[in-house]
Amino acid sequence: MSRPSNFPPPFSARDYVVEPTDPADERIEVGVLIVGAGPAGLACAIRLGQLLEERPDLAATLGDVPVAVLEKGKQPGSHLLSGAVVNPRALRRLFGNRLRMEDLPSYGQVPGESVYVLTRRTALPIPPPPPMRNHGNWIFSLSQLGRFLAERAEEGGAMILPETAAQKLLVSHGRVVGVRTGDKGRSREGGELGNFEAGSDLVAKVTVLAEGTQGHLTGVALDRFGLRGEDPQVWELAVKEVWKVQKPLDRVIHTMGWPLRTGKRYREFGGSFVYPMGKETVTIGLVVGLDYRDASLSVHDLLQELKTHPKIRRILAGGERVEWGAKTIPSGGFHSLPERLHAPGVLFCGDGVGMVNVPRLKGIHYAIESGRLAAEAAFRALQRGETPASALASYDAAVRDSFIWSDLYEVRNMRQVFGRGFFVGGALASAMTMSKGRVELGKMRAEPDADQPLLVTDRDASYPAPDGKLTFDKLSSVFASGNKTRDDQPNHIRIERRVPGEVARLWEHMCPAQVYEVGREDDDGTVLVALAPSNCVQCGAITAKGGRLTPPEGGSGPEYTET
Amino acid sequence: MRIAVCVKHVPEGPSRIDPQTLRLDRSGEGSLNHFDANAVEEALRLKGDSDTEVVVVSLGPQRALDSLRKALAMGADRAVLVSDDAAAGSDLVATSRLLAAALEKEDADLILFGQQASDADGAVLWAAVAERLGRPVVSQAMELAVEGGAVRVKRQTEFGYDTLEAPLPAVVAVSDAINEPRYPSLKGIMGAKKKPQDVLSLADLGLDAGQAGGEGSRTTVLALGAPPVRGDARKIEDDGNAAEAIVEFLAEKRLV
Amino acid sequence: MSTLVFLEHHGGELQKGSLGVLAKAASLGDGDVGAVIAGEGAKQLAAQAGSFGAAQVWVCEDGEVAQPLPQPRVDVLAHVVEDGGYDAVLFANSVLAADVAAGLAARLDAGLNWDLADIELRDGELVGKRPALQDSVYADVGWTGKPRLALFRAGSFDATPTGGGGEPEISGVSPSYAEHSTAVKLLGQDAEESSGPSIEDADVIVAGGRGLGSPDNFTLAEELAKALGGAVGATRAVVDAGWYPYSAQIGQTGKTVSPKLYVALGISGAIQHKVGMQSSGTIVAINKDANAPIFEFSDLGVVGDVHEIVPKLTELVRARKG
Repeated sequence: MSRPSNFPPPFSARDYVVEPTDPADERIEVGVLIVGAGPAGLACAIRLGQLLEERPDLAATLGDVPVAVLEKGKQPGSHLLSGAVVNPRALRRLFGNRLRMEDLPSYGQVPGESVYVLTRRTALPIPPPPPMRNHGNWIFSLSQLGRFLAERAEEGGAMILPETAAQKLLVSHGRVVGVRTGDKGRSREGGELGNFEAGSDLVAKVTVLAEGTQGHLTGVALDRFGLRGEDPQVWELAVKEVWKVQKPLDRVIHTMGWPLRTGKRYREFGGSFVYPMGKETVTIGLVVGLDYRDASLSVHDLLQELKTHPKIRRILAGGERVEWGAKTIPSGGFHSLPERLHAPGVLFCGDGVGMVNVPRLKGIHYAIESGRLAAEAAFRALQRGETPASALASYDAAVRDSFIWSDLYEVRNMRQVFGRGFFVGGALASAMTMSKGRVELGKMRAEPDADQPLLVTDRDASYPAPDGKLTFDKLSSVFASGNKTRDDQPNHIRIERRVPGEVARLWEHMCPAQVYEVGREDDDGTVLVALAPSNCVQCGAITAKGGRLTPPEGGSGPEYTET
Repeated sequence: MRIAVCVKHVPEGPSRIDPQTLRLDRSGEGSLNHFDANAVEEALRLKGDSDTEVVVVSLGPQRALDSLRKALAMGADRAVLVSDDAAAGSDLVATSRLLAAALEKEDADLILFGQQASDADGAVLWAAVAERLGRPVVSQAMELAVEGGAVRVKRQTEFGYDTLEAPLPAVVAVSDAINEPRYPSLKGIMGAKKKPQDVLSLADLGLDAGQAGGEGSRTTVLALGAPPVRGDARKIEDDGNAAEAIVEFLAEKRLV
Repeated sequence: MSTLVFLEHHGGELQKGSLGVLAKAASLGDGDVGAVIAGEGAKQLAAQAGSFGAAQVWVCEDGEVAQPLPQPRVDVLAHVVEDGGYDAVLFANSVLAADVAAGLAARLDAGLNWDLADIELRDGELVGKRPALQDSVYADVGWTGKPRLALFRAGSFDATPTGGGGEPEISGVSPSYAEHSTAVKLLGQDAEESSGPSIEDADVIVAGGRGLGSPDNFTLAEELAKALGGAVGATRAVVDAGWYPYSAQIGQTGKTVSPKLYVALGISGAIQHKVGMQSSGTIVAINKDANAPIFEFSDLGVVGDVHEIVPKLTELVRARKG
């Protein structure tokens, strides 16, 4: 059976590494350039603001724009999506006594929680396994938190530049010196429309890549500097909805089991979450590892199916879906972290390099802490008396000394054990958690998601027909993500267009936004994959499963507000 | 020459009506009304490299400065925001009054508007503002030129194309066919913050609360309801006579 | 309550849209209904206004209103409103009427509710019905103070003669004009280009989707559009596939249209398309798939093959138009 990795996309990281080409007087200079206005990037910007406030002399040497944050979405928050139940420790460290948790736009602390193992009709409550206990954690909409953090960053002096994609990495004399932003106003064929605006070279003393999952330049930089970790990165695809509901939900819920299949050959690892957001709103999502094998699997439709479960139906009864979104989560854990978290001129933060604790479903606080530590290292690099190289290396040391490292180490093989199927994996995972990672299972190799051989079942036969009230089709979901991407843009997705039928089918079902369609089949059994790139919500699943997502024109994609 | 462009900060994302005020929920994120971007673009084209000043004017909450900054990033020179709690919920009568007061201060040669607002409020504002200022107004402009103290406009109506001329100072509303708004360059975005942005209260305009907001308005929203059901929707299967059935249906509705 | 309706005319004929508003005003049955006609030949058209319900018609044939420009009409209406003591002034939307209505609102500091789809009398009070949020909700809107100005969506009401009205009382009007009212000069007019209406202005649009099967089949849509005197539109899917140009794309990321008649051929009706055409007056959809979402919001849904139905339909339409 085919593997998607046998049909690699026409993509080369080398094409995205360039020297600055704009004439010197047209290059835009900033002090520290942060790519990505997510929790990591904004924490970095906020911390830099704090540090520069104490050193106005240093700030003055950084020019008009000491700190710039690039964001490819319409505004901070537009591309942020998570559950989210957040461990407050990093936020507390970031804000110190400037702000309390109560000052942040949360939905309060977790009021209680339940874990269920689902079958088609039943829900068996089980005591929350230790890694899933959320007492003391806070419920947020990451998109809203992003907007809040952006405002704090701006107050601290950072300049946020939305609708700006970082398209290429600027490297000069072996050092990252900034990024080249993407063009705007190109036509589908790549020509220049009437309002064409070329990208610019944005140069900085230090560049912080905080692009989130499947970070484009992060991937490019890790390749350029040879920093890939011992294990390849692997991902999960999360699809979620936000609902206005009649009855308030009084607890955080996680489920396992149905609608995912437990057989080892399917490799369907994941579960769902249902979180209250205040009294009138609930968010529900399904997370599935992209190492699944069945080409007919559609996480989007599994979520629709999940909602028909009696327990879930009751929660959503009389309610209305108000938002939808999808995003991948890096799940390789400790062994998939890059060799180093820095290279000349650049620092890597957050989800972009896989700082996610999979069994606890947590990554936001690591992103924030890594952003904060990156700020401190960048700040050091700006000062005289310390070489940039050693300053940036101090970031690695700081992360290794932090809870990011110790937490990820503790759960280092968690994800891999589930390759052995749900029940075996579950037992092993419990053993690992309860022993705080001291159970040594031998090093387990993670395989790239795209290496998984495909099988084809009729799983799609049981996806519910959309009724427009409880269940929806993909195009309606794309609409509910706020996506209004300009259609006549160049195609930003790189895939091999002519592939065996099952690979095309894999992509068609995989993509939650209906970007890929199985086209005409030819005599040799291959099909041409048709694309509707303007549907893309930039979740990144395609990069995990055989293609490569690159950033489209700045401002494109979803416009999340409450995800 | 001074060109003033009236712009609006409109809600982004899925529109919702606030159940309390029965008006559009403007509490979320917003952006520059894309029809107004055409007006800003036209002003910038007229400006070219000359020292014509382009001022963008808006009425809205404090965060409307975001949209004004976008216009500044495109190349406008200065921004004026009329922002006052008492102005919330202003209808056409109140809004045109406030805007006219702000524009009076600007004393622009040419005032431009976009053709409508994407939030469906604010359409036809230009004619009301022009009346209050006592200026000639031309709408639906698809081509615009300023020459010898007058503005010459080509506009589209239901019947064809008109060419009109009005002496300056004048008010012109441009259609979205007039141009393709430019993307702000990165330099423009970064420079926008430094350009002058004035926020005016009602008092600064010499107006009091009674002339704005609900009190200053002459229309109200009473209630919200579902739209009327699309009367007698029919669905038929083609049994060979579908074409005839369709024609009959169209004839009934006097559409053929 | 006395109501005044602004009647538009073009090419020697009263416009159907404004006659529809006049008929509606008359049907409210509360008090006198008057009409205003301004421009060359207004007097000849006055009698016709009677058969649509106007008890009184004010005509102005001053040189100042010879050209179809809005501002002098504000002077005329302001004068008539005062002279006639009108409580309400109604307009049917058009490029001209919209500017007149708004100018009048500012002149008189009178409330203007626009984009109305309907109006009714409730306990003696005028209540307008205004679609909002892409027609997904209807707001009841009212006025404080008088006169009450209302601007209705084009085509909201049928222009059916009320039958009852006899000869209306005709009065000539010649107001004084504000200086700014007469500053605009019409230099020239060009008639509509013969290539057919643009999508935005068309009264009829025939749109094609993937169900047409191939780019060649777009001729089906084109022929039908020509027969109906309309424009051709396309869905995002077929534009993406290169079957039709982007300028014809209707939908969330294309154009938003609201013609009197929208014929959807082989279009499934995904929400991205729906939001671009859902406020069309009448929607007729032909699609092979009985479960296509478009059938949920069309007035006439036909489950069938476009290739079989459309050529016949086009022929029948041509025959009728004869």
